[in-house]
Amino acid sequence: MDILSNLALGFGIALSPYTLMLAVLGCFIGTIVGALPGLGPSNGVAIMIPITFTLGLDAVAALVLLTSIYYGAMYGGRISSILLNIPGDEPAMMTCLDGHPMAKNGRPGDALVISGVASFVGATLSTIGLMFLAPILSNVAYQFGPAEYFALYLLAFCTLGGLAAKNQAKALFASCLGIMIAMIGLDPNSGMARLTGGNLHLYDGVDFLVAIVGLFAVSEVFFFIEKHGKQGALNIVLEKVTVPWAELWSTRWTMARSSVIGFIAGVLPGAGASLGSFLTYISEKSIAGEKGGFGTGVAKGIAAPEVGNNAAAGGALVPMLTLGVPGSGTTAVLLAVLVTLNITPGPTLFTERPDVVWGLIASLLIANFVLLAMNVPLVKIFVKILDLPPAILMPGVTMVSFVGIFALTGSYFDLLLVVAFGVLGYVLRKLDVPTVPVILGILLGGKMEKQLRDAMVLSDGDWTYLFSSGISIGLFAAAFLGFIAPMFLRRIIRKPVLTDGQGR
Amino acid sequence: MLSSDRVFGAIVIIGSLAYVASAAQIAAPFFSDPLGSKAFPMGVGLVAALCGVMMILSPDDDPDWPPLRALGALVISTVLLVGYAYALKPLGFLIPTAIASAVLSYQINPRPLPALLTGLGLSIGLYLLFRYILGLSLFGFPRDWF
Repeated sequence: MDILSNLALGFGIALSPYTLMLAVLGCFIGTIVGALPGLGPSNGVAIMIPITFTLGLDAVAALVLLTSIYYGAMYGGRISSILLNIPGDEPAMMTCLDGHPMAKNGRPGDALVISGVASFVGATLSTIGLMFLAPILSNVAYQFGPAEYFALYLLAFCTLGGLAAKNQAKALFASCLGIMIAMIGLDPNSGMARLTGGNLHLYDGVDFLVAIVGLFAVSEVFFFIEKHGKQGALNIVLEKVTVPWAELWSTRWTMARSSVIGFIAGVLPGAGASLGSFLTYISEKSIAGEKGGFGTGVAKGIAAPEVGNNAAAGGALVPMLTLGVPGSGTTAVLLAVLVTLNITPGPTLFTERPDVVWGLIASLLIANFVLLAMNVPLVKIFVKILDLPPAILMPGVTMVSFVGIFALTGSYFDLLLVVAFGVLGYVLRKLDVPTVPVILGILLGGKMEKQLRDAMVLSDGDWTYLFSSGISIGLFAAAFLGFIAPMFLRRIIRKPVLTDGQGR
Repeated sequence: MLSSDRVFGAIVIIGSLAYVASAAQIAAPFFSDPLGSKAFPMGVGLVAALCGVMMILSPDDDPDWPPLRALGALVISTVLLVGYAYALKPLGFLIPTAIASAVLSYQINPRPLPALLTGLGLSIGLYLLFRYILGLSLFGFPRDWF
């Protein structure tokens, strides 16, 4: 049993008191960050990355801390969805649909417990799925050459807009913008400066951490300033929290089905957690039919999207770890973490750094149990967080982001870039241009160009080389279909709209 | 009709074409790979320009742009953050952070006293956190003060 021995290795690393302490700390911070209205997993992790690096943790420790924050934020996101009807992040949107009505019906405690358990089931099952699927996929990935990788990156960019974006042209533009920014700096092949406009600060290129913090965190602050911090006041009183066993048991098949659907949605490149929670909610709704009462606050309506988005979060780690292509915004942020730690995700990761992979998987499993404990009995502590007024919270978020970047690079120019990306992020989000593809473009643009150039070197400039293997033709075809299909599917599948929330 | 998407599309086209033009200026090195340093950035720039054309041809509904007052608050905050970026190194952490977070707090909730307290509290609290708990090397005050 390969997997068992690998898992034993992982637990050997993850169960050391120090790593365990980091996991608990990460879960705690993550849940707080996720619970804060307006902050979700991607901006939460984005703010924490620079700080983590300045602490000088080693690779495994930093990874454990940041993934615990990530998982914690996924759990915490449901708290503001259910109690305030404000999703912290897009995947948490579907949880509002039934979670908030149930809380309004006087059962906020039950809604929080059901969604907490659902998160646990989805995340745990998908972590197990990750253990089995990732090694298989990494064996396939060994056959990838430059042409296949180029096709794969193209696939990621073409599908990233997916069903989530309303306008395909805008999603594609966002990817292009990211790649264009990635080109700035020294050309890796010739060593000459490109597109820097003669500015010496740009010779090293634009650091993706700077872009992430600006696009995710600072632009969020601008949105709060625009709204003058108006937010739904907490008018739901949470009294005793008990576990509704019978109701939980009644959702067992919903949870099982949703785990599978969510996991698959997560594995698909570019789909991610939003699609996972969307698909699971829609399919459970149609299985339950009219009598199911979806939308009025039923247990299955809470369980399905919560299982779906957490299962997708685990599934999204599969392409990220084996191919280096993230499936969602948060995995893009995690990829940034790995790259900064000098770990290159890809098929070789599993053979060269098994300590990293299996340590990560083991710590994810541990984080799930810690989070279940934190989120069911201790949920009342986190509910208190919602009372924190944005007039204190948002300046704090800004200052933490700035200091993190400053401590990391020590350059005022990078701080200026953070502000510039903040303004850019605000304008893009206003115009409904997704910002995740921009990040992905900055992260992967350089690699995409390098693969294309390597392919051309190998073939001595013959373009047909790109289509010379079955895998690459399949990937190109998938990229084309992935780009075209949403235009037609969007007319058939309509997203249910939030009634009175501030859905973004 | 002049919708936001059309204006944005036009900006995208102009920006992308300028990018393509400056990519075309990249000097070719002596020994180059078959593709060279220009082709990929130029290609991506052209795709971006095409996206701009698409935005002009089929624009979405206009977003709700903030009223002039909120826009003013956004401009003030941006200028403030730019100033903060320049001030952080020469002036140390405490003073710029107190001013920046107080003003930001005031922009979100316009009550002077709580904003002032937020600024002071965040600046001192974060300094203690970063300096003594996380151990970052931050300077609290301008370096020649002490």
